[in-house]
Amino acid sequence: MRSDRGSWGRVISGGLIFGAAAVFVSLVGMVEALGVRVIVIGVIDFGRLLLLLIGLGAGYQAARRGGGGVVIALLRGLLAGAATGAGLAALLVLGSEVNLRGMFINASPALFEIISFGRGAAGVPLVVAAGAVVGVLGAAATLLPGTVRGPLGAGVTATIVIGLFQELLQIILQGEEGVRAAIRQLIFVPEGLPPRGALEVFVVVLVASALWRSRRPVVRGWISKRPPRTQRLLRLLGLLLAVAVVLVLPAAGGLFVSQVLVLVGLYTLMGLGLNLEVGFAGLLDLGFVAFFAIGAYTVGLLTSTGQYGVAHWSFWAAVPVALVVSLIAGFLFGLPILRIRGDYLAIATLGFGEIIRLLALSDALRPWFGGSQGILAVPKPNIGGFEFSGPMQIFYITLVSSAFIAFVAARLRDSRLGRAWMAMREDEDVAEAMGINLINVKLLAYGIGGAFAGMGGAIFAALLGSIFPHSFNLLISINVLALIIVGGMGSLPGVVVGSLFLVGLPELLREFSDFRFLVYGAALIIMMQVKPAGLWPAAAVRRELLKEEPVGAVTEGPVAERAEA
Amino acid sequence: MGILASQQLTKRFGGLIALSELDLDVAERSIHSIIGPNGAGKTTYFNCVTGFYRAEEGRTFFNGQPIDTLTPDKITQLGIARTYQNIRLFANMTCLENILVGMHPHLKSSWMGAILRTPATRQDEAQAHEEAIRLLQFVGQRGKGDYLARNLPYGEQRRLEVARALASRPKLLLLDEPTAGMNPRESMDTMAFIRRLRDELGITILLIEHNMRVVMGISEIITVLDFGQKIAEGTPDQVRNDPRVIEAYLGTRRGVAGVGA
Amino acid sequence: MQRSFLQRFSIVGLYLWGFRISVLLIVVWGSFGTFQAGCPSVFTLCAFKSRYSADVWLDLLVYGLSQGSVYALIALGYTMVYGILRMINFAHGDVFMAGAYTAYYLAAAFGRAGFLNRHPLLSLAAVLALAMITAMSIALVLERVAYRPLRRAPRLIPLISAIGASFFIEYAFRGFFGSGFQAYPEWQIFKGEWAIAGVGILRTQAVVIVAAVALMVVLYGFVMRTKTGTAMRAVSEDLEVASLMGIDVDRVIVITFGIGGAAAGAAGVLYALVFKQVHFFMGFFPGIKAFTAAVLGGIGNIPGAMLGGVFLGIFESMGPILILEGLRVPGIYPGGIPAPYQLKDVIAFTMLVMVLIFRPSGILGERLATKKA
Repeated sequence: MRSDRGSWGRVISGGLIFGAAAVFVSLVGMVEALGVRVIVIGVIDFGRLLLLLIGLGAGYQAARRGGGGVVIALLRGLLAGAATGAGLAALLVLGSEVNLRGMFINASPALFEIISFGRGAAGVPLVVAAGAVVGVLGAAATLLPGTVRGPLGAGVTATIVIGLFQELLQIILQGEEGVRAAIRQLIFVPEGLPPRGALEVFVVVLVASALWRSRRPVVRGWISKRPPRTQRLLRLLGLLLAVAVVLVLPAAGGLFVSQVLVLVGLYTLMGLGLNLEVGFAGLLDLGFVAFFAIGAYTVGLLTSTGQYGVAHWSFWAAVPVALVVSLIAGFLFGLPILRIRGDYLAIATLGFGEIIRLLALSDALRPWFGGSQGILAVPKPNIGGFEFSGPMQIFYITLVSSAFIAFVAARLRDSRLGRAWMAMREDEDVAEAMGINLINVKLLAYGIGGAFAGMGGAIFAALLGSIFPHSFNLLISINVLALIIVGGMGSLPGVVVGSLFLVGLPELLREFSDFRFLVYGAALIIMMQVKPAGLWPAAAVRRELLKEEPVGAVTEGPVAERAEA
Repeated sequence: MGILASQQLTKRFGGLIALSELDLDVAERSIHSIIGPNGAGKTTYFNCVTGFYRAEEGRTFFNGQPIDTLTPDKITQLGIARTYQNIRLFANMTCLENILVGMHPHLKSSWMGAILRTPATRQDEAQAHEEAIRLLQFVGQRGKGDYLARNLPYGEQRRLEVARALASRPKLLLLDEPTAGMNPRESMDTMAFIRRLRDELGITILLIEHNMRVVMGISEIITVLDFGQKIAEGTPDQVRNDPRVIEAYLGTRRGVAGVGA
Repeated sequence: MQRSFLQRFSIVGLYLWGFRISVLLIVVWGSFGTFQAGCPSVFTLCAFKSRYSADVWLDLLVYGLSQGSVYALIALGYTMVYGILRMINFAHGDVFMAGAYTAYYLAAAFGRAGFLNRHPLLSLAAVLALAMITAMSIALVLERVAYRPLRRAPRLIPLISAIGASFFIEYAFRGFFGSGFQAYPEWQIFKGEWAIAGVGILRTQAVVIVAAVALMVVLYGFVMRTKTGTAMRAVSEDLEVASLMGIDVDRVIVITFGIGGAAAGAAGVLYALVFKQVHFFMGFFPGIKAFTAAVLGGIGNIPGAMLGGVFLGIFESMGPILILEGLRVPGIYPGGIPAPYQLKDVIAFTMLVMVLIFRPSGILGERLATKKA
């Protein structure tokens, strides 16, 4: 049977692609660098987990495509997994014959140790066999019914997450006695998560998840039978609980967690601003960091007690000025580029952003902006004697301002202006023909979006206590763009989700942050093809995604055709 | 001078003359059609009237006021609305939002008002929503407000586009091939619908159409364009029997009524 | 098309005019200041006698030419891809980097073996070939993985994918080869100067110019003379019609990416010859500048891209001294702008922004610009 042989060929080539991915993550340094983070002591670390996931993925995708019975599916998984293993084995052989390290700095003995299970070139058969086993496991996952796969997946995921963040959790659960200490001692040992603890976590989450699965309809039913007032009360309680959790986070998590949270908050602020420009109004802005810089420099210049300070104002007086200055900067920045459309706009804004950074960095403007040494001695905000001295305190400023800005963004989205932005995003010419003044509407998008980012910059200046032009490079703009795209263009909760995933996670997993732009790049490419609407799509799009097959789509738009895929 | 009047309008694209010294006068509360072979300059004329193109020579007046120097948004605000040959809805917005965008010119809320949600803004929005729902009903799409425009079937997209145009409360409505792609039954419905627009809302209609049954059935005046020039104008009967029209369309003997559909 | 919502006299128009005039003033004022620096009277120009001799200006010109020919080579890829797909291949600068970086290892190996100086031309050809092949393969993978699945998507989508690809390539190379600078080996015979028509010209720069011009001639010949080149031009004229005429559009697109990638790879090696080092981020700025060059020459227009590249290179090399150093502002900059070379990129980016604002169809004017809107 020719078609059959063809499909087996596809299984192998599919496996080899996964093998190439495994070789890639090894050589790029992820396996070794992430290997430092042990997930379960003596069992697995982050680097090995990555390879394991690739093997599972190979088996999973091989088993899913094409029909056949259980045995055939498992066989496909086996073959694809073996092919993946063969890819790594080839790297192993090559590495033991040639000194790859002259070129690939990560082709270190430690890497080969990890790949070959410590056996060197003799580990080749073992690698292939391990690949095959993992491939079968991946294939098996496709065969399980949802009722089993769901809880199993939840258990494994929970174990991995707890293992990854064990250090953090141990800090949160510190203390000599009490409930927190008891939980800590039950699961962890001081060095991390031991196999026994992992098993406990796995079993508990597995059982809980299975229970929830079976009870969920009952609970939902019970809630829906309550009178509306009780329902509203319940929702309010849930919300209050969530707010309470967020409020105690810095105290519970300590300095490091607070720092990460503040960063997440700052990126949320910028994300809300860029989301307004890109997600609402469809203006792709790659120079967005300029507004962040303008906000920061305004606060820096107005409050600094150092050489470049001009006014010695308090933080609170400087913030409104920073907002206004970045709003006006948005107008001025928007004016010349009103006529530019689409991808040209992206490049023009990139040019503007770089011009501003280079100017701030230059000796020419040094007498005013401090050149490459930046502005020092920016005082901390304080209210009636209480000083927001560090991330644990500044977190609350970030939280309040993010909430406020999100509220403003939501109001704007549902207003006449918001609709005009979206109309412009969909079709600029028709929007103008609807009586929308494109000039006003565009300038407002740049101005308000810029003001949001300026707010972030203002807090940033106070957080660091100093401002350096190097902090405002293009990578920040890309970072913000990536997070709103991953979160979902035009979606406000998406911004928060995006910055938690793209800013929070890499900060928490420090080993990972070396690879963040690698992962962002991959995420942008993959999201555009698989899920262009983002992880948390905007409301209107989400409603549509839940609906059945669309009837007959004719026109196109930014998210249009892809969302249906 | 009628509600819309163009005098000696000329529009060139490089060497190509799309409109050549065109005089056109549309009487108030009339249904006026523009016909002509492909490339005769019909849509170009619409684009000139709505300010999307700027004519090199000649003038256009709306209610006696010159509009040829205005931007498209200003022209819409004066009371001219249009639909497009290839439907151009805001595909990723809901039907209701599409109509609300159409109302943009006569809503008043500012961005500050929207952030603070002042009573005036709230009232403005509430009224707009009510009116939008009424308009949806008027075009027979009650209850579809939450659908994304791109998910409507073809015929309904056409009607939604008309509703969006009506939302700007136009005095003059330009329809670019409103029955394109419709079967005879739907075309008849559309004709009735267009008449209702004129009779019930008092809107002047200027339409481009290829379907001769529709044109002959609905128009009070027909203007025939060929190579950017007006070659005939008159009532359906006059145009039908005009030898120049027949020649432009066919270069042969068959009557105009046989074309199109 | 005939978009004109800003054509009339308005605040926006005023602002744009102000922008234009102030840039023009800075350029005129600055160059005037440079030319009459050190002259006895304000009204005499004596540039060649003052701080900079004619030799300095000539050096700057040659340097600009060599830079510009590198930009031109990169710009070819932008312009050809834009001509066919109407998309900015944002990752093109990284294809350039990838070629140079990979070829570095061959050049270094040659250097260690002494082959570099025994057979300089042969080794240069081999290094160039490797760079072109790597860059071409990366461009092809890029097209297949990041662009082809999105060919029918709305315009922002492939651009975002391209931005992602750009960062993916950069940081993959950083992971593979490290984040430091690698010193490119030097060819002995390319050290020093050649006297051409009595003028001393740095040998590396001469080599760069000659190699780049030769490559461009070959490429231009390919596009204008061969059957495949004709197909490429047809597709860029009208993709749909070309496909109806029986042209395999997919194949043409692949070839376009391949050729553009190869040119960028070669440009990478030439760039490394001048700057003598490679780095994972080195593709970014040349990429943006080459894009500027492509727009400057009228995007989609191959000779235009070459011209734009050379123009940008010269402007960028002469600009800081010509414009900024003479920009004496009493009270603030009595001696002209300090450290003008820091602002070299500001000049390039200002040019980019101004071209996009005022002349998106390029200085040569190109039919594509009207089609694009």
